[in-house]
Amino acid sequence: MFSKGLAPLAIATVVTLTAAFTLVFFYAPLDADQGFVQKIFYIHVPMAIVALGGFVAGGIFGIRHLRSGDSSWDLRSYVAIHLSIILGLGVLVTGAIWAKASWGHYWVWDEPVLVSFLVVFLLYCVYFPLRFAIEDPERQARYSSVFAIAAGAFVPLNFTAVRLAEAFTHPRVLSQTGGDLPGEMRLTFLVTLAGMTLLFVTLWKLELTAKHASMQLKKLRRRRAERREAVAA
Amino acid sequence: MTWLAAPALPLDEAGKYVAAAYVVFLALILIYVAIMAAKLVRIDRELTQLAEEDE
Repeated sequence: MFSKGLAPLAIATVVTLTAAFTLVFFYAPLDADQGFVQKIFYIHVPMAIVALGGFVAGGIFGIRHLRSGDSSWDLRSYVAIHLSIILGLGVLVTGAIWAKASWGHYWVWDEPVLVSFLVVFLLYCVYFPLRFAIEDPERQARYSSVFAIAAGAFVPLNFTAVRLAEAFTHPRVLSQTGGDLPGEMRLTFLVTLAGMTLLFVTLWKLELTAKHASMQLKKLRRRRAERREAVAA
Repeated sequence: MTWLAAPALPLDEAGKYVAAAYVVFLALILIYVAIMAAKLVRIDRELTQLAEEDE
């Protein structure tokens, strides 16, 4: 059901990410201000964009679940949020490494971009205890979808609020005017972003496939147990 | 705001930070894929077991 197209997608992901990392280290010029450390930008920022996109996608799948009542949309939402949390962790760690190299501190509390991302990350960490605290599968799916929609709506609002705020340490590389990225850096960034997006979709499909297979197996076991009970009776 | 004016790190010192960031990314992905692979192997084993029981 979910495994359709997984193999070509995985190949496309490996090819794109290999090309992206080749561009990062052999094509993109060194940043005049930050030097070699700026190479962290090419994984940190695409990971952040894809993680935030995954949270929003989780909300959209939540809407589809509430509208249709089809539990497969809840599963899609859950897996998207799960993967975004993992990428979010990567964003926080790579961001801390970059901050230490550039600013001399692992974390700067008065920087809105950093703190807002942490807030979003912590908000989504609540999703899992909430989801697994509910035993009834239907209620679990419904409540999880409501959470995914509310939190998913918060993500772009939060992003807009931070962009409007006056930041003074975190660099602005993408803006409506095109930012300050030269052509080679922009191309490298876009290829890395494409690779990261493909990676997210591939892992999302892989986890959906594993979850779906596990659920089918449980269903099969239950049916066999019921059949045995009927025969025994 | 002194860090704004900080000069770029020399290549040998910057290299370890860049390597650390990329290793974190690769480690995250590898751990995730390893967990998924373990899960799929378990499902495959259970399916084989069910098929054997049916025979």
